[in-house]
Amino acid sequence: MSVVALKPYAFPAKDVRENFPAPLLFIGWEDHLMFGTPVALPLPPDTPFGALGTAVLPGTYGYHPDFAKIDWTKVEWFKSGKPWKPDPAKSLADNGLKHKDVIRFRTPGLSGINGSCN
Amino acid sequence: MDTPVLKKKLGLKERYAAMTRGLHWDTTYQPMDKVFPYDKYEGIKIHDWDKWEDPFRLTMDAYWKYQGEKEKKLYAVIDAFAQNNGQLGVTDARYINALKVFLTGVTPLEYNAHRLFAHVGRQFTGTGARVACQMQSIDELRHYQTETHALSHYNKYFNGMHSPKHMNDRVWYLSVPKSYFEDACTSGPFEFLTAVSFSFEYLLTNLLFVPFMSGAAHNGDMSTVTFGFSAQSDESRHMTLGIECLKFMLEQDPDNVPIVQGWIDKWFWRGYRLLSIVAMMQDYMLPKRVMSWREGWEMYIEQNGESLFRDLARYGIRKPKGWVQACEGKNHISHQTYAVFYSYGAAAAFHTWVPEEEEMAWLSEKYPETFEKYYLPRWNYWREQAKNGNRFYQKTLPMLCQTCQIPMIFTEPGDATKIAYRESDYQGDKYHFCSDHCKEIFDNEPEKYVQAWLPVHQIYQGNCFKPGVDPTKEGFDPLLAVFDYYNFKVGRDNLDFEGSEDQKNFAAWRGDSVQGAKK
Repeated sequence: MSVVALKPYAFPAKDVRENFPAPLLFIGWEDHLMFGTPVALPLPPDTPFGALGTAVLPGTYGYHPDFAKIDWTKVEWFKSGKPWKPDPAKSLADNGLKHKDVIRFRTPGLSGINGSCN
Repeated sequence: MDTPVLKKKLGLKERYAAMTRGLHWDTTYQPMDKVFPYDKYEGIKIHDWDKWEDPFRLTMDAYWKYQGEKEKKLYAVIDAFAQNNGQLGVTDARYINALKVFLTGVTPLEYNAHRLFAHVGRQFTGTGARVACQMQSIDELRHYQTETHALSHYNKYFNGMHSPKHMNDRVWYLSVPKSYFEDACTSGPFEFLTAVSFSFEYLLTNLLFVPFMSGAAHNGDMSTVTFGFSAQSDESRHMTLGIECLKFMLEQDPDNVPIVQGWIDKWFWRGYRLLSIVAMMQDYMLPKRVMSWREGWEMYIEQNGESLFRDLARYGIRKPKGWVQACEGKNHISHQTYAVFYSYGAAAAFHTWVPEEEEMAWLSEKYPETFEKYYLPRWNYWREQAKNGNRFYQKTLPMLCQTCQIPMIFTEPGDATKIAYRESDYQGDKYHFCSDHCKEIFDNEPEKYVQAWLPVHQIYQGNCFKPGVDPTKEGFDPLLAVFDYYNFKVGRDNLDFEGSEDQKNFAAWRGDSVQGAKK
């Protein structure tokens, strides 16, 4: 469906890739609702995927006692909700991540404060 | 001498007709459709505007007289409140934060409503609807003024209340109410009335009005209570306009029914999402609680709403699509919303805090199925950490829903341990949503919502700094620059209530210890 309007209705989208210094990536940590919302990060496309766990996410999720215990080789990733196997040595772009993609990770064995998903 | 023949005075009914319907004329120099270009394009068919029942039954001169008297009384109370240092009579300085939310989030909406009703009041070919909208437009302008005046007294004593309009146009969480209204005002006039007059003023308004005004009464805020009483008679007229407009559209033509149903589906959900902030205020920010969000929802929506939609069923209208999910949400949204504000407490112009022991007990009692299971563990952890000087402040910006613009805090129907993620592809880009209903609203009008001014994205695009700010300069702190753009006074308006200037001042003025000030 589309907008009902008196005249042709065409306006530029606000959040196209060109408007950002780097593509946006949305990231969520499953079973850890102490972080009540996934986050948005502009990340250069040549960032190695493996740098997420070591360089990008500690500032976001390091507050949680589970974070230090994460074994990044065991982490399960999801892209747009579907299981997904990224290559940590390759860049975000080479892993197929595009502007405004959403990825989530599950950390088996770590499910929040006393297993409460918090 | 001849006795002059006095012209008989018009009777009440004739006078009313002359001063409302009698003001109309059909244009002759220009076609009506050109003078009233927005009257038909939405597809709503009106055959007989004379069937419109005036909801206000007031003429303009009577309106002025009546409102003028009401306002004299209101200002007398506001003056007395100021002269008697009424701000010291509130339960606790934490309460003021509910007022800050109201002043920055709701009061500017009154002004927008004034503008929009003035606009809509120009667009209908039916005089009855025009007069009603024009009166409501003036009501909204009065409310904007009287709320500002009633609350301005607090601005002399407490932080975060100095730039409500400026903040409403810029601050990330205030884009939620702002975008709600902008969505309505960029609709046609019939959709606007369905959105604001019916879905908000008629269906949902009690959920906003009752907690704030009863909350004020329970917490010793007589200034706000008096404003509430003063506005109440206006609000009931606004509700009448909402239901009248809806029934009028439905009675005029059966083709209107599916269009109106689509609007009800959309605006019920938009309004419900908008009220998340009220839910949090009600359950977490009032030192003396009135009733829980859940209780309010059950009373005003589940009971009253059920009977309303039973009544509307004869027109072929059913309950809005998001009804079941919204009813499930009554157990969750206040907790989810307050928790995210606590997390982003460095980036808000009001204070947040960990609920006290007895407040947690109240939450457990009011939310027996959900609070302890899903929400208490994070509060216990946060409380421990705060005690050790490690108060949680999330510094990475949140992902937002493209439609409601709220951070993606809402969980899956049926599973409160999983954030709900929905997405759509449009013109080569991805768009993300918090729920099926926000996704559907987008999918119905993607050309509209791709223009959304999402605060997080605007910050990352570099559009939320004051003019002249150079982000390439050494030592540039983007977050501080954003707060400066918001007119936040960092360290005074934001952060935890514990240790805030508000807390210290209030205790000093009342002669309490800081500890005692919280009781």
